[in-house]
Amino acid sequence: MASHLVIVAGNPNAGKTTLFNSLTGSTQKVANYPGVTVESVEGQYSFDGETIRCVDVPGLYSLKAASEDERVATDVILGRQEGKPELVVYVLDATNLERNLFLFTQIAESQVPMVIALTMPDRLQAKGKRIDVERLRSELGVPVVSVIAHQDRKLDALKRAINDALRDRPIPSIDFGLPVGMQSTIRELSERLARIGVDASQAEIRRNLYEPPELFQLFLEDFPEIAEPFTEARNRLEAEDLLRPSVDVTSRYEWSAKIQSLVLRDAEKPAKTVSITDRLDKVLTHRFWGLTIFVLVMYGVFQSIYTVAAPMMAGIEDVFGRLQDAIRPMVSQNEILESFIIDGLIAGVGGMLVFLPQILILFFFIAVLEGSGYLARAAFLMDRLLGWCGLNGRAFIPFLSSYACAIPGIMAARVMPDSKSRLATILVAPLMSCSARLPVYVLLIGTFIEPQYGAFWAGFSLFAMHLLGLVVAIPVVYVLNRKMLKARRLPFVLELPPYQWPKWRDIWLTLVNRGKVFVKTAGTIIVFMSILIWAAASFPRFSPADAVAEAAKVGVPEERAEQWVQEKQLENSVLGRFGKAIEPVFIPAGFDWRITTAILSAFPARETIVPSLGIIFSLGGEVDESSGDLQSAMKRATWPDGRPLFTVWTAIGLMVFFALCAQCMATLATVKRETNSWKWAVFMFCYMTALAYVGAVAVNYLGKLFGA
Amino acid sequence: MSAVAGMTFADLKSGMSARVVAVDENCLDSRRLQEMGFTVGTQFSVVKVAPMGDPIEILVRGYRICLRKNECHCIQIESVG
Ligand SMILES: Nc1nc2c(ncn2[C@@H]2O[C@H](COP(=O)(O)OP(=O)(O)OP(=O)(O)O)[C@@H](O)[C@H]2O)c(=O)[nH]1
Ligand SMILES: [Mg+2]
Repeated sequence: MASHLVIVAGNPNAGKTTLFNSLTGSTQKVANYPGVTVESVEGQYSFDGETIRCVDVPGLYSLKAASEDERVATDVILGRQEGKPELVVYVLDATNLERNLFLFTQIAESQVPMVIALTMPDRLQAKGKRIDVERLRSELGVPVVSVIAHQDRKLDALKRAINDALRDRPIPSIDFGLPVGMQSTIRELSERLARIGVDASQAEIRRNLYEPPELFQLFLEDFPEIAEPFTEARNRLEAEDLLRPSVDVTSRYEWSAKIQSLVLRDAEKPAKTVSITDRLDKVLTHRFWGLTIFVLVMYGVFQSIYTVAAPMMAGIEDVFGRLQDAIRPMVSQNEILESFIIDGLIAGVGGMLVFLPQILILFFFIAVLEGSGYLARAAFLMDRLLGWCGLNGRAFIPFLSSYACAIPGIMAARVMPDSKSRLATILVAPLMSCSARLPVYVLLIGTFIEPQYGAFWAGFSLFAMHLLGLVVAIPVVYVLNRKMLKARRLPFVLELPPYQWPKWRDIWLTLVNRGKVFVKTAGTIIVFMSILIWAAASFPRFSPADAVAEAAKVGVPEERAEQWVQEKQLENSVLGRFGKAIEPVFIPAGFDWRITTAILSAFPARETIVPSLGIIFSLGGEVDESSGDLQSAMKRATWPDGRPLFTVWTAIGLMVFFALCAQCMATLATVKRETNSWKWAVFMFCYMTALAYVGAVAVNYLGKLFGA
Repeated sequence: MSAVAGMTFADLKSGMSARVVAVDENCLDSRRLQEMGFTVGTQFSVVKVAPMGDPIEILVRGYRICLRKNECHCIQIESVG
């Protein structure tokens, strides 16, 4: 049997995705701020013999789209993409009826069958109110089902209502009292169009009539055959002073307010006197405490990533160590196979997976911040700063998302109200320190900063590295926005959601989704790159037979012969020769050919540097069974003249390089997709790489200046 | 109308209540602000002003919204209460 196309639509943050996830068993992201979903997502379920194709769309305030995410939603709702939906499940936030009903009047006009899912009844209850569902149903003329989608995963009542509605096709019957003159003009125009064979609904006609002048002109150019009747109708509305959007908007809001007063009742239990949102906001957006707490919260996050994860890391390292010990005897007959499995795969992928705890802790905090409603407040606090560089506080949400991963961050730029500020936001979003940089920082901080300066400075460095991207982003956006793109200032309109306890279900979802991505990357790109690096470092072989003799010839003592052989092997391999050839490029930054090759291997995905360093140092004979791991190998490594390879400054320089560089193929592909051209992806790659190089060189010179 | 007609959002202080008196429809941003609920006659209150004086948090039609003062000049308001 054919499946039915059902769309879940409504205002931002109304609970659409929560509902969609429960209906279809999907795992889409849910968080407590407007603009979480920015593309349409499809899922499926079956109930009572019917198969339903369900589409979750971005939230919107009006069918007159004001940003890209709203455009995506309007296209789907009005059937510009896949044809008209069979049914719209309109998600109505019970705590916010007036504004939610405004959009309802717009969608209702397109005469599509509808079912209302009334969400957040529990929140309304806490405010001491409830909604008369029966009355709402009779006022709107469509079925209304009250749901708490994060608790009730089955949603049988709603599913049944959907099936019934697919059969009965209930179409809203509402009359929000548009002025008579407007109604008659539109009716006449529609009749006139029908006579010349153009079939357009009254809603469609009104939408076009109410376009701003430039867009109306474009519309006329696109459809010259109906230009005359449309122009006449528009002139008539103009003459009667009915063309102003306010006539239309005001009548809808008046209707919404009336319905709200009819259906909103006092609940049996009274409200708590001061809402939790008010109490929290007193402190969290306070003049002084607001920003102080913001910085402290961020600092706390990074300090705890550092301290909490250490024991877990040790555990995972231990597991891989045992794995190596267990496998080694099985493969030791074949030297190449042993090297491949032990130094290539286990050192590479294992070296990566060690960082899973940090990644999960970071995402736990991000999920808590997003789920509580704090994120929108942070945007509120940061608006002034971003305003200076021509963006508005809305950009802060894509930026904060980029701290998880630049890809959702770039997608989230769709909430920006115009294409230029959206582009500027996209171009700097990858400067925010994404979770893939975390392993690099933790490795370097753990090796060179913590042992020397202690846990406080370790946590501080991690915090500073995460701040760096944001700090650098501000002048970059300034130049982009003010000098290159010359974006128009658009109003900053951001809804502040009520605070709530983050829901465990949403946090869990984030952890599972992001954990999977991390492990999947480790299992694909990282494995691939590890094999590549291992092979490049292992061939051509340096035959061990004449090597011992060779070692003796150059006067290497016998007990060091083996290591000498390994060093020689690495130096003469493809990787070694290549590295030596390009070493001069990174000498100003204080990186030798080993670090340089590791950096280059990390361009497809930045976290690859960790396994690359692991492989390079373990093949180079620096890591051996008795004396530990990559960390001590890095500490022991030297320049040919015996100076230590890594100083604190080298480590900082390397971290700065990684903080600023565009080392992620997937990000570049996303930029290309979102901007529709390679031009901006290439631009981003070039400017970020240049910044990174300059940053690393600068740190190296600082290091020389202040000595270390 | 009250004595302080001709006020704009720039004159708002934390804790104040105000009402929309007129909306300048020639201004591009006016449509979205109206769609967010700021239609003529709507009452709202200022919950908070951000640390550096801008933006402001407003309670309108039962929800909270954050706006920049100087970006709402298309809306004329008067204070109430
Ligand atoms: N108390 C309560 N919270 C809910 C309910 N439904 C959703 N939420 C919460 O409301 C917030 C927004 O939910 P989402 O499902 O992400 O909302 P959305 O409509 O998809 O939002 P956008 O994608 O941004 O448009 C989340 O924090 C949810 O956990 C509900 O019935 N009761
Ligand atoms: Mg959503």
